[in-house]
Amino acid sequence: MRKEIDELLAGGSWRAAYNRLGELWRREKGQAASAFVTSRCALLRDHIPFTVCRLTILRSFTVEPIVGPLRAAAWLSGIDLQVQIGDFNAYSQEILDPGSSLYRSSPDVVVLAVQSSDIAPDLWSRSADISSDAIAEAAEHTHKNYRQWVRIFREHSSANLIIHNLEQPVVPSLGVLASQSNSGQRAAFERINQELRNLPREYSGVFILDYDSLVGRHGRERWHDERKWLTARMPIAADMVGQLAHEWLRFLTPLAGKTAKALVVDLDNTLWGGVIGEDGMTGIKLGPEYPGACYQSLQRALIDQHRKGILLAICSKNNLEEAMEALAHHPGMVLRPEHFAAIRINWEDKAQNLREIAAELNIGIDSLAFLDDNPVERENVRTALPEITVIDLPPDPVNYAATLRDCPVLERLSLTNEDRQRTALYAAERERSRVEENFTTKEDFFRFLEQEADISAVVPETLARVAQLTQKTNQFNLTTQRYTEQQISTLAARIDTSVLSIQVRDRYGDHGLVGVAIAHDVDGDFEIDTFLLSCRVIGRTVETALLAHLAEQARLRGRRRLLGRFFPTRKNAPARDFYRNHGFHLESQDGDGSLWSLDLNQETVPYPEWIRLNINVGGRN
Amino acid sequence: MSSSRFEQVRSIAADLFAVPTSKLTSESSPDTVEAWDSTQHLTLVLALEEHFGFQLTPEEIEDMHTLGDVMRVVDSKLNPAER
Repeated sequence: MRKEIDELLAGGSWRAAYNRLGELWRREKGQAASAFVTSRCALLRDHIPFTVCRLTILRSFTVEPIVGPLRAAAWLSGIDLQVQIGDFNAYSQEILDPGSSLYRSSPDVVVLAVQSSDIAPDLWSRSADISSDAIAEAAEHTHKNYRQWVRIFREHSSANLIIHNLEQPVVPSLGVLASQSNSGQRAAFERINQELRNLPREYSGVFILDYDSLVGRHGRERWHDERKWLTARMPIAADMVGQLAHEWLRFLTPLAGKTAKALVVDLDNTLWGGVIGEDGMTGIKLGPEYPGACYQSLQRALIDQHRKGILLAICSKNNLEEAMEALAHHPGMVLRPEHFAAIRINWEDKAQNLREIAAELNIGIDSLAFLDDNPVERENVRTALPEITVIDLPPDPVNYAATLRDCPVLERLSLTNEDRQRTALYAAERERSRVEENFTTKEDFFRFLEQEADISAVVPETLARVAQLTQKTNQFNLTTQRYTEQQISTLAARIDTSVLSIQVRDRYGDHGLVGVAIAHDVDGDFEIDTFLLSCRVIGRTVETALLAHLAEQARLRGRRRLLGRFFPTRKNAPARDFYRNHGFHLESQDGDGSLWSLDLNQETVPYPEWIRLNINVGGRN
Repeated sequence: MSSSRFEQVRSIAADLFAVPTSKLTSESSPDTVEAWDSTQHLTLVLALEEHFGFQLTPEEIEDMHTLGDVMRVVDSKLNPAER
């Protein structure tokens, strides 16, 4: 297979080579395969779009062997991960010194991987020797250290920070006694971890990796390799290295914006056991007992994804009536038709159905994940739609739910109100489209919609959503600038910059926060750095209202012109003529994009009369 | 050492050190293979452990000066009776 891949690369068959590398990795996963995958994917840099992510690892132990499997898995998730590693136990100096190489290399993500035995040696190995007061003091000292590092890190960097929490010893120093008291070694590590969990709420872009649970999940004794720890400072057993890489990827995937917005599931032998068309309502396996319980577990796992704001959809080869009957009325179903934002039950090709589902949900094919028990269907979809994430279900249904829960593309690092209500939003959207067909002019339809919009300066409660939109919006996005919560917060604090959000409601319901504009003073002008709108409200003149407000703000700030740039990407064609259509003049154009201007002394952008606007941009503007 | 096991070790080393298998012989060592540094040596150890499902002792690791040594160690781990 390696030979075949090298031949494909030599022949310039980039996509085919990439697919085969994915196959090799799924089959072999390990140090050797990771080295092969990494070296070959590097050759694909100019031919397949990868998202570059710069990662710095601060550590107290040998992490070098983790980097290979990590980068290989990242490459195959579309991420070109560029890794730097801090010196042994230099993490504290690196964080505290504003001039350190950590800050000079301006990473996107930083992992702080410190072991319990290194950061709290007294608690780790001497806790039986010291008083309970001294134990409590050591625990407090440790979590205060973390708190100080995070505070100082945030002063100098807007990178995302992933912090390993502290693992418990394999066997507590006092044996079973440890579980009889709230003041010993075990309680001390629990206390530190509890404190660490407060940090993500206080600092945006800070996340805790539950290292203690990770080690526990795989078994503490199996995880550790004491001999390699003592000889090479490598505490993790060879066959567990990939597990830590995978855990890092569960953070890095969403941080790099590589998440699935919708999860498309098959029915027969996936949501239930058996084939509804042959076995019928009474014959399919779905209920609280084995084997039906395996499928109920998977359905519960799917509901959990739904709660995280991931849309669910169905793509199944079946007779529609029979399948819908089971979905709606089978007593063992946990999911019901209303959980699904799009349904394709027919005998057509699955790849074609998936394209239609993406179009109906108004998201890119690369935002879909596909779940099917049948390896042949999976392979067909992979070949026809290489951008899609295909989840490999294991042969035994007992492991279905666990496999689904382990998918990095389904991870979310924060939840917004919009995430929680997403399926309802899509249902309202279907109703709007149905009604729109009854109006002869667009204006009549706009008036009928009774749209109301709030334009507001960003506030702490909307930071997460605003950052999320900059990271996820691809279609109506003029510049595709990606920002973290931390960066948005920094921009919002600047006096020369305006960070605005727009929330939209209409007679069918609340769309939530769907648009972002960021503009700043440049010389005598007001320049738009970011202008984006979630695709579900495009074309209802909400974008015009937001632009009109920017023009008004620019005039109030005494600016001469309103400037805007358009940087074309593979996906943002819907935004291409935005400035032209609003009376802007083309100033210049080059390979990267175009610059547009509106002379505020002579021109304006009129507010659409059918949108009721509430402006709340605070005193500053 | 059986030839298939020899090929497996050679193929692991070829992946890790990014050289064609044909360039690797039992005389290959950190002196002749550019990418074979101390970090890669540890990675080689982990790759062997992962692939063959055993754990190497510090003494065994220290004895692995050439690819031939590596193969001898792997053989003795997998066929302790023939030692």
